[in-house]
Amino acid sequence: MWLLEQADAVAALPEIVLAVLTLALLMLGVFRKSDASDVVTLGALVALAITALLVIFAPDHQALAFHGALMVDTFARVMKVLALFGSAAALVLSVSFMKRDGTQRFEYPVLILLATIGMMLMISANNLIALYMGLELQSLSLYVLAAINRDSARASEAGLKYFVLGALSSGMLLYGASLVYGFTGSTEFPEIAAHLTKSGATIGMVFGLVFVIAGLAFKISAVPFHMWTPDVYEGAPTPVTAFFAAAPKVAAMALFTRTMMDAFGAIQPAWGQIIVVIAIASMALGAFAAIGQSNIKRLLAYSSIANMGYALVGLAAGTQEGVQGVVVYMIIYMIMTLGAFACILAMRRKGHMIEEISDLAGLSRNHKGLAFVFSMLMFSMAGIPPLAGFFGKYFVFLAAVKAGLYALAIIGVITSVVGAYYYLRVVKIMYFDEPKEAFEPMDGEVKLIAYASGAFTLLFVLPWIASPVIAVAAAAAKSFY
Amino acid sequence: MNWPILSVVTFLPLLGVLFILTVKGEDATALRNVRWGAFWTTLVTFLLSLLIWIGFDSNAAGFQFVEQHAWLGAAASYKLGVDGISMPFVILTTFLMPICILASWHVTKRVKEYMIAFLVLETLMIGMFCSLDIVLFYLFFEAGLIPMFLIIGIWGGPRRVYASFKFFLYTLLGSVLMLLAIIYMYWTTGTTDIVQLLANPGFTPEAQKWLWLAFFASFAVKMPMWPVHTWLPDAHVEAPTAGSVILAAILLKMGGYGFLRFSLPMFPDASVYFQDFVFVLSVIAIVYTSLVALMQEDMKKLIAYSSVAHMGFVTMGIFALNRQGIDGAMFQMISHGLVSGALFLCVGVVYDRMHTREIAAYGGLVKTMPLFAFTFMVFTMANVGLPGTSGFVGEFLSLMGAFEANTWVAFFATFGVILSAAYALWLYRRVVFGKLEKPSLMNLPDMTPRELATLLPLIVLTVFFGAYPAPILDLFGPSVESIIKPLNEAAAAAQALATASLQ
Repeated sequence: MWLLEQADAVAALPEIVLAVLTLALLMLGVFRKSDASDVVTLGALVALAITALLVIFAPDHQALAFHGALMVDTFARVMKVLALFGSAAALVLSVSFMKRDGTQRFEYPVLILLATIGMMLMISANNLIALYMGLELQSLSLYVLAAINRDSARASEAGLKYFVLGALSSGMLLYGASLVYGFTGSTEFPEIAAHLTKSGATIGMVFGLVFVIAGLAFKISAVPFHMWTPDVYEGAPTPVTAFFAAAPKVAAMALFTRTMMDAFGAIQPAWGQIIVVIAIASMALGAFAAIGQSNIKRLLAYSSIANMGYALVGLAAGTQEGVQGVVVYMIIYMIMTLGAFACILAMRRKGHMIEEISDLAGLSRNHKGLAFVFSMLMFSMAGIPPLAGFFGKYFVFLAAVKAGLYALAIIGVITSVVGAYYYLRVVKIMYFDEPKEAFEPMDGEVKLIAYASGAFTLLFVLPWIASPVIAVAAAAAKSFY
Repeated sequence: MNWPILSVVTFLPLLGVLFILTVKGEDATALRNVRWGAFWTTLVTFLLSLLIWIGFDSNAAGFQFVEQHAWLGAAASYKLGVDGISMPFVILTTFLMPICILASWHVTKRVKEYMIAFLVLETLMIGMFCSLDIVLFYLFFEAGLIPMFLIIGIWGGPRRVYASFKFFLYTLLGSVLMLLAIIYMYWTTGTTDIVQLLANPGFTPEAQKWLWLAFFASFAVKMPMWPVHTWLPDAHVEAPTAGSVILAAILLKMGGYGFLRFSLPMFPDASVYFQDFVFVLSVIAIVYTSLVALMQEDMKKLIAYSSVAHMGFVTMGIFALNRQGIDGAMFQMISHGLVSGALFLCVGVVYDRMHTREIAAYGGLVKTMPLFAFTFMVFTMANVGLPGTSGFVGEFLSLMGAFEANTWVAFFATFGVILSAAYALWLYRRVVFGKLEKPSLMNLPDMTPRELATLLPLIVLTVFFGAYPAPILDLFGPSVESIIKPLNEAAAAAQALATASLQ
């Protein structure tokens, strides 16, 4: 095969395959007379699985594609598998929901696949153009997904809000990228890095850097670019929110990490301090603003803001341990988040979704298993050992302390105590309060994801789970050194 | 012994959890199975843990029954072992658990979850005392918050929500700083192994001070020391009886254990430096909380404040930094574990009958409940520190240690002894003696055989160790000696520095 002999094509094979399959599924959906959503959803899951296998079994060495535009290394492969997994899980979570709401359509899985291709490009992006391409492909799909339930005013509002603010942030990113190009003479990460090593950080360069960071911070919903998060999380249909909270965050964090480490690694002190500020602000705002929330999805929105703050603590260190911390954190964060949203999807009475935290009252009496899983996830997000969330925090703080960022680490652990308050409140409502009416029985696949996530959270402490995860993260972090 | 006895003892309660999970239904048979399952699990755990005591060589200073497995790569390993300081606490824990389960026999609300919470808590407590890896220690130390939070919050009294949140957040805030200190120690020494850290701590005096403060934040809250003790009365009052027993008897000892395991041997210079600081806090705790105890109208609250005062003796003894003081503190912790646990059980006995803890609601119980009156008296005397009870030995030794270190501290602390007699005897008088006037008290049945079974072992041990403390004191002798050595060097160095600066 001529195509496969091309090194470029081999390195980018998973993306190419996924893109081809996506277009095929789109055609299938368009040309089939009857409702094709089931077939397309199934096909999308298969496509994601095939792509994941291609990523996992790709040759184990660093490879460049398309004249250095895409970089395929261990870091990229780990994060891609994670993103693919997140997309697939979110897709699974949506099936019964959409069917019951009567909003299922074949465009939904196709859009998720398109967003996933965008994520894979983001994760591999090795120059500013590829970065922007990936980011936009992902973002545009997400804007549509947020408003996929077009008859709902809330969802449309969420989609529009997301689009307007997202467009603004893309503009900032683009502006920053053009400044970086202007001051370094290249869009390629290695050449930007070479230029910076030689001549250091000039004012114009730092100016561009700040805009790039602002654009990226928007995508991971870090403070002060977080405003869209609670509204979009609340407004979008719950499975879509689950998707937003999982895979795109992983991809954006991977992109953030690669851009900072690969392109701007030489001027780590310049961006390090910005990240420190963003991280502190995100952790603090996530912790304090969540206290007053009564809607569980908004609560998780603030929780995700705080979580991104903790992941950034690892990045702020700018070291190999730091990247390892980020990868461990994102793996654990994604699995916990999917589990938490699976639990939220179970909150259904008389055919309606309910989203108030107080509706969980006495869950431990009516649904013992669900309440246990949800409370373990809450304790885990609060960072209480021996649950998985503790280890995520442990590894990022490990990096921060080694890098000498003591103030950041101390503020980080203290905000985690503040954050523990609102996670405990959810547990309190489930376990201490008197029960309300029971929920409808959970859908099988939702239950599976909730329980699997709970089991992972609870059993992460065992060496058979913790060791491989940590080893994978360590291998990924090595890619930058 | 070539089987991992410590791991078995630590994780055996989880086997009980699995058993309880397999019990289906909520009928009387199922509940009976759950209770007996929990009881047998804890009893077998206790009997197995006795093997540790039997096999323990009390002449050796190092760690025994050590087992090690890889866990998180370099950043932490799974390593267990006991020495003279941790072993008594392991036995204390396993000994008190069956008693707690027996004392919870009448719990009817969500029995399964209740027993599971206690069994999980037992695993975490034993694991914490056995850990020889500092991250593993932290894991067990913190994880105990989850079951305790649920125990207070689900089975507690009217203000349980407030008390459980306060307990959780207070202790969490204290310990997160310790986590950072642990990470710093890992990067400085390259190991999380407690044995290696003990053998060769090597932190600069400046770093020691910060590390010491970070550990202090955690242990002082756990202990609890004045002024961060305020969570304790709330938690004690609201917790169910068995929860109070565990809290007072074991969870509070984690702080003292932590000081002895980490602060003193790993940061000797800082420990010498902060000695006066701890003395001041301890003396305030002893005198002030004793006075507060005098004013209480709730039995549990009174005992809670008396616990804080007694823990003041412990911190004072530990930071006397000499053999008598530390011996005394260790003994005081064990003894307080028996006595305060028993006192909460006694309160539980009358609470189950009257459903009030108001002291004023009682009076003249000696007429209707003579057996209870006797039991309560034994523990009141032990709480006061009457010679012949275990309470005396600990208090006497820690005062002796403090006297050697700083006479004024011992002077003020002795007021605590007097005050403790005042509040304990006054409590006893108001509850047990006086006229039996209240109609509700007229027909109270005396202690049931089950209640007697929970308290009798404690009576025996309290009196036995009061008369013959050697079996316990001998256990931790060599370990205490090895803690003292670096401290003496540090104190000598500080002395030399002070003399040099004078000249």
